[in-house]
Amino acid sequence: MANLKELTHREDRLEGGHRLCAGCGASIAVRQVLLGAGVEPVVVGCATGCLEVSTTIYPYSSWKTPFIHNAFENSAATVSGVEAAFQGLKRAGKIPADKKVKFVAFGGDGGTYDIGLQSLSGAMERGHDMVYVCYDNGAYMNTGIQRSSATPKGAWATTSQIGPAQQGKQQRRKDLTAIIAAHGVPYVAQASISHWKDLTTKAEKAFAVEGPAFLNVFAPCPRGWRIPFDTTVEIAKIAVQTGYWPLYEVEDGVWRQTVKVANRKPLEEFLKPQGRFKHLFKPENAALLAEIEADVDKQWNALQARFNCG
Amino acid sequence: MPTQKTIAATGNTVVAEAMRQCAPDVMAAYPITPQTTIVEEFAAFVAKGRVHTEYITVESEHSAMSACVGASAAGARVMTATSSQGLALMWEELHIAAGMRLPIVMANANRALSAPINIHCDHGDIMGARDTGWIALFAETAQEAYDNTIMSVRIAENESVLLPVMSCLDGFITTHSIDRVQVMDDESVAGFVGEYTPANALLDLENPVTHGSFAGLGGPYFEFKKAQREAIERSRKVINDVGAEFSELSGRPFGMIETWGMEDAEVAIVVIGSTAGNVRHVARGLRDAGAKVGVVKVRCFRPFPFAEIAEALAGLKAVAVLDRAESFGAEGGPLFLEVRSALYDNAERVPVIDYIYGLGGSDVKLELIESVYKDLSDIAAGVEAPAGLVYLGSR
Repeated sequence: MANLKELTHREDRLEGGHRLCAGCGASIAVRQVLLGAGVEPVVVGCATGCLEVSTTIYPYSSWKTPFIHNAFENSAATVSGVEAAFQGLKRAGKIPADKKVKFVAFGGDGGTYDIGLQSLSGAMERGHDMVYVCYDNGAYMNTGIQRSSATPKGAWATTSQIGPAQQGKQQRRKDLTAIIAAHGVPYVAQASISHWKDLTTKAEKAFAVEGPAFLNVFAPCPRGWRIPFDTTVEIAKIAVQTGYWPLYEVEDGVWRQTVKVANRKPLEEFLKPQGRFKHLFKPENAALLAEIEADVDKQWNALQARFNCG
Repeated sequence: MPTQKTIAATGNTVVAEAMRQCAPDVMAAYPITPQTTIVEEFAAFVAKGRVHTEYITVESEHSAMSACVGASAAGARVMTATSSQGLALMWEELHIAAGMRLPIVMANANRALSAPINIHCDHGDIMGARDTGWIALFAETAQEAYDNTIMSVRIAENESVLLPVMSCLDGFITTHSIDRVQVMDDESVAGFVGEYTPANALLDLENPVTHGSFAGLGGPYFEFKKAQREAIERSRKVINDVGAEFSELSGRPFGMIETWGMEDAEVAIVVIGSTAGNVRHVARGLRDAGAKVGVVKVRCFRPFPFAEIAEALAGLKAVAVLDRAESFGAEGGPLFLEVRSALYDNAERVPVIDYIYGLGGSDVKLELIESVYKDLSDIAAGVEAPAGLVYLGSR
């Protein structure tokens, strides 16, 4: 695996000057993932969302590599088509048989957990040689912070608001990483922009395997989470340290924790700095807060059991 | 000249055969009645190693067209086939394929849309997609389905067009009936369609391009749409030129409209698809009895041949349009709206009556067509035309 010095010499395929917000976790995720692709050419696909609209404002493009945006729910299917074209054109003799190209699709959690789940599942099942990367910021940020199935329980969002009848999102989040692992694809991992070495190593593995690979990358959104824009990386690190976002991989069906957390910090350290969880710290919501904490503990323990089986 | 052999085959079989001969690099398809045998027969070509095609067995029609968009943008020759609900599920992607100017070729087995669910022929599916920016060719017979499929590739990939093309054939009537079809040899088809040289391919790795940009925020969205209009207008000449070249090769006629008996006709029926044969059959009998009746078959619906229609129907005493689709709340079916609009600039006003027929595979009996010609001859003789559209043959 490449060390930091080597990584700094790799070409950045996402150019600066795009119009993502200051402190956006998405562009950090993209850069780290693409560093893991090494020196081979990469074709990038992207679902409709912040990343796409902010990097491809016609007639400009921030992408120094071939890029395609199609629609919201289908970046996996679209990139599967690009990869199929590569195979078909090789067979037709129009591309040399030994040519190596990487294919990667990006989508936010709305475009991946929700509207794009079928397209992703189909592409993973069919075995295309591609990587799918979800940059998970836990809501529909591009349309204005609406709840998704990745939004944590209790979080405020513009479609899961706070009032006498409801305290934020009422459902727990979906475990997408486990869903994709259940497809039995060669490589699945959960990563965070705060742990660059872990993430770039996982990206290298994802690009190296033959067949489909999936990365679920924790990528905070300061605007949606109601945090200062210079705390993106810090809050992502705390998510890992509290066990809210465990870092692990599933390689050929074997579950392995890649970043050990010896003494988990209290979940409150992750929740408290974020405006979207402010209401949870009112005395009347103590039971809800305890329930959320217990739920994270339960998921953590279930995951540890999987690692121990591995 | 090509070697042609005459075979007995269904429309779907010869569409699959035409697709094999056009050698797509990618096919992405999802099964739906009555398109299914196209994708099954193509899968057999794949299994036997008779095509180099990368065949993507997608999990939905939305993903079928999404994968086609990706593959076409990558620089591949791309094909698919669908029908009815499948076409409806693709709706979003149909617009994107056309807007991104991708020369995808798709066969559509024309079938009624739900609800209520029905698997039989009408044109509700394809007419619902008429403003998606695709070129749309219609076949009357299995032969035309075969020919249209081959021509579609040349039309779509023409550098002055670069638009997707739908090659439509009537569900079950044409897709599943065994018909007499002349099939060309592989080399002649390959020579006719030629090699595809894509512009701005994603897989041109030395020259990276961005596909699917954001053109909002006061961007040039409006200008992109204008360019799309200009492209489909340019396609008129390309369709006629490709049709003429194919006619020369195959010995079979092609026109955006095809007429029968229109030289001295006083009344005429305008029709799309398989019913054209029934209409001609009835017209022939009436001609034998001395009636001056004609038939206008529309073979290309998008771009709509309005100048050809205006010329063909000029000076007639009455015209009937047979619509195998509804446009609820409009003055008539989609074909009626186009035909009557095409006639607006003609000096003489021709009465045009719309007949909605055959929805959901409802039988199109010859007596019904005879009754339409009877209505037309009555109107020509001075009887008042019916007000509003007529539901032909509904119980």
